[in-house]
Parts: sequence; structure tokens; C-alpha cells
Amino acid sequence: MSSESPRRRRPTAALALVTVGLILMGGLYAAAGSLASPARAETSEASPALLEKGAVLYKEGCSSCHGLNLEGVPAESVGKGQAKQNGPSLLGVGAAAVDFQVSTGRMPVGATGQQVVAGRSSYNEEEVAALAAYVASFAPGPAIPSEEDLDTTDASLAEGGELFRTNCAQCHNFAAQGGALSNGTYAPAIDPSRPDHIWEAMLTGPQSMPVFNDTTINPDEKKAIIKYIQNINAAPSPGGAPLGNVGPVSEGLLMWTVGLGALIACSVWLGAKAK
Amino acid sequence: MSNDSSSEIEVAGAHEIEHALRRSDTDPRAAQRAERQVALMFGGSVLASILFVVAFVSVKSTAIVDLPLIGRIGLQNLALGLASGLGLFLIGAGAIHWARKLMSDEEIVDERKSFASDDETRDAVVESFQTGVEESGVMKRPLIRRTLLAAMALMPIPAIVLLRDLGPLPETKSRETLWRKGSRIVTDISYRPIKPEDIPLGGLVAGALPADLQKIEEEEGNLNQRAKAAIILVRMAPDEIRSQQIQDGDFQGILAFSKICTHLGCPIALYEQRTKHLLCPCHQSTFDLADDGNVIFGPAARRLPQLAIEVDKDGYLVAKEGFQEPVGPSFWERG
Repeated sequence: MSSESPRRRRPTAALALVTVGLILMGGLYAAAGSLASPARAETSEASPALLEKGAVLYKEGCSSCHGLNLEGVPAESVGKGQAKQNGPSLLGVGAAAVDFQVSTGRMPVGATGQQVVAGRSSYNEEEVAALAAYVASFAPGPAIPSEEDLDTTDASLAEGGELFRTNCAQCHNFAAQGGALSNGTYAPAIDPSRPDHIWEAMLTGPQSMPVFNDTTINPDEKKAIIKYIQNINAAPSPGGAPLGNVGPVSEGLLMWTVGLGALIACSVWLGAKAK
Repeated sequence: MSNDSSSEIEVAGAHEIEHALRRSDTDPRAAQRAERQVALMFGGSVLASILFVVAFVSVKSTAIVDLPLIGRIGLQNLALGLASGLGLFLIGAGAIHWARKLMSDEEIVDERKSFASDDETRDAVVESFQTGVEESGVMKRPLIRRTLLAAMALMPIPAIVLLRDLGPLPETKSRETLWRKGSRIVTDISYRPIKPEDIPLGGLVAGALPADLQKIEEEEGNLNQRAKAAIILVRMAPDEIRSQQIQDGDFQGILAFSKICTHLGCPIALYEQRTKHLLCPCHQSTFDLADDGNVIFGPAARRLPQLAIEVDKDGYLVAKEGFQEPVGPSFWERG
């Protein structure tokens, strides 16, 4: 034994070192995680029962496209203008994205195409909450807005209008009626949308929509925009028939068909032989 | 030259239809009925005009009425429009009904006439012109002829000189914007400076301006500087940028482009974050922001100018330099 070099380690030493290292790393990571997580209260506050329910629902309804661990599933072929993945990874998308996509009925997706369309939600409110909590428990992301976030009583309608026309109207139309994008996609009408869905769409940027996080459009400005959209929906149009609020397209169509039609009918009457 | 060729063409059957009398020509009761109808239309117009005044006086301008299919519209506007439209229409309709049913119903044939004058008149004109040339002596006196031509040729020049002097020339105004090296980038409306970490991946700042614009706008009270300087900011993953106009013009994947379409100058912010395309709603020009801002569809002839950006010592986004090419639609002297 004495002939053995003192620098030579026992075979078990390496194993012990790795074990100690792993425990240390894990402990540090957990400590760092617990320091970082209070900002996202909803991840830690979700009850185990809710998370369990969310896990079951996720595995049934979402995992075939988004993967068992939210990692996403690559597509077999990537077409022009299509999403690069069959189901994108949901890590870090946050509860807001889940609530928006599932409760507007966009997810689970009915048919693949250029645009995932809204419809009736396949899940009730409680199930959506469970799914959102489950997805948010993997990685922090934008949270579902609270009632306080959506309280627009003190928001400025005029500022909301300015912000809407600068940031939203280019796609969603000056009266929030939506409009065409490229390659068969479109921006939907948002005047009937629920305030929480408008908030979540700005935060998460679904499909073609860019992300407007709380630093590019701060929460007060988001409130003002929501107030303006709701006002559009409620306001009458005293000047005359809005014709869908899509501007010269519907107005022109009406004049070219009904207006010119009436003129032609009059000229036929003028030219006909009296009996 | 035969001037009567048109009358030789016989329109088949035109003379064969016998003139049919109207019922109001033969039956006095039908004529009375038509008279009453015309009077009813004129009377209706009287009522509509009275209705217009009544609606104007008695209906509140703020009253709203909810109509099926049409929506919630102003009652006074609706009443005024219907009344004045109906009043005018009934006068016209009554007049036409009167003419069709009661006014005299004769058929008259009016032959077409030739457009050309007869040979005699034409010869007289030529003769008169030639006499004029001879008597003025313009062919015999070349000095007078040439000086007259010179005088006529130079006549418009004073007018051209005057027009040339109208107002100051644009000089370099069409090529310059407010952006300089170090101009801080602020959001439109709220005038907040922007840090790189404020813009998320896939994010868009749909309207951004140089910070000193707010002061200039208040002082000068015009929108010209704003119209030229407006930009948009987008953020994509740095490896998604295939090519850009200015080397390292981005900051960690944040790209700044002019907001003014190079076709006719519409402000554009219709950005699709998946495809990185920017679409102009006016004429559907589409720019690929991940590839030089090049035009990939539509009538725009030039790419969207890029603004090179960096951060200043306080960590806010600023311009690295001014725009390297004129923004907005093409203009005459641009070349």
C-alpha cells in the first residue's frame, strides 16, 4: 500500500466528487430559482391539484403537436410562409399565451392553413386555467392580466385613440375591423374582443402579430388602447350607415351596384315607349 | 363627293312600324288618371320639402335611431337626406311622367346633314387666304418674315424666367432628415427613450422619432420633419437577418427602417413577425426586413432605407449616423 502514489485517487473518489458537485449545483440552482421566481407569483401559487389537472389535459390535447415536455415537434416539411415547426415549443410562452390561444378557440387547432382561426373554445374556464398554470409551471412567461390590470376607468380615451392609430390601425383597421395581410393571412376584427384577450395578444404576439410588451407599450397605455377599442364598439355612427367601417371599398361597392342600378332603372324608364 | 350617301342606307323596318297612339290619347279617363298621377308627384315633392324643414327644426341633431342592417345612425341626418332626395326626385319623375303621357306625341323625321361645307364656300376661303398672302407681301420680304419668326420664338422666354423664380428650391431638404449621429430614438406619442432590452424578440415599435423632434414641432408647428424622420424598430434573432444595407447597422437584432413607403410615401407599420415582411396598405408594396428591406412585391421601386443604430453611454438606442439615402417616395432630382 505504501508503494501507491499519494496522488493516485481511489476509484470511488471520482464518484463521490461528482455526487457532491451535482448536489451543490442543484442546491445553488434551486436557491437561484427561488430568488428569481417571486416575480412570477402565479407559477408557484398554482395548486398541485390544478397543475395535475393541467398535466392531464395537456397530455390529451396538446402534447401531440407541442411535445410531452413542451419542447415542440418539428414539421416533416417546411412550406413557404408556413410556421417552421409543426407545433412550436411552449417553453416560456407564459400563461397569457395559453389563455389567449385556448379560450379564443384558436388552439387546439382545427385545420392547418395559413391562418389559425378563432372559434368556440374546446375547454371551459377552469380547464383553461389549469392548462395555463401547467404550461407556466415549466418556464416563466407573460402572466394573465388581473382585474386590476384591465380596469380602464382612469385610462385616457384620447391617448388610447392616438396609440391605437399608431400601433394597431395599420393591420386591424381604424375602426378595429381587421384587414388583409400577405399570403392569405389576415388581422382579425378586434372590436368584439374581450379586454383580457386584447391585453394577452399585445403581450404575446400570436401568429403574424408582433409582440408589444410592457416596455414598448406600458400597462397604462394598454388600458387606454383597450378603452378606445371598447368605445369604437359602443359608439354610434351619426353621419350615416357605417357599411362595415371598411372605408371606400364597401361604399364604392354600394354606389356601383345600388346607386348606378337606380340610375340605369331611371334611364330605362326614360327611354321606354309610353303606352 | 357625294353628300347624300348616308340617306341612301335604308334602316330595315324603321318606317314599317306604324305610329301607335297612347291610351291617354284615345281614352279621356286615362288622360285624367295620368294628370292626377303627375299632380300627386308634384304634391309629394311639396310635402317632402315641408318634411325637411320640420325635421330640421324638431329633430335633435344628437338623436340616434337603430335600424336593422344599417346600424345606429343619426335620425336628423337620415330624415334630411330622405326628405330632400325625395323632394328632388318627385319633381323630375313628375315632369317625365307628364311628358310621356300627356304632352303631344308626334313622330318627326330629321335627316342627318353632311359635316363638310360645299365646294363653293371652300374655294372662297382658299382664295381669300391667298389674296391676303399676296397683299401683305410676306413671301416677298424675307427680312420681315424672319424677324417676326424670331420675335414669336422669344416671346415665351420672359414667362419661363418668371416661373423659374417661383419660391425657394427644395435644395437638400428632400435628402435630409433630423437623424444625426447620436440622435436618441423615442417612441411616438409618449416620447419615451428606448433601451434595447425594452424590445422583445418578435417585437415592433410601430412609430419612433428622434428625441429633438418634439421641440422642433412645438417651435415650427409643422409636420414636415416628422413626416421624414418617422421610423419603425423591429427585433429578430440576429441569425434571422440574412442581409442588411449597412454592415452591423442592427443592434443585437434590433433593426431600424424608415416608416415611409418608397412608392408614394404612406406610413407603413404592417409588420408580420413570422415572415419579417412589412406590407404597405396603400398599394401592397411588400418589403423584406430580414433581407436589406428589399421590395419583394408591389409597385415600390426602391428598398426601404435602413437607419444604423447603436446604444449611447446611458444604454438608450441612438442613431449611429443619419440616413444614407433619401427616405420616402422618389423625386425628380433624386437620380
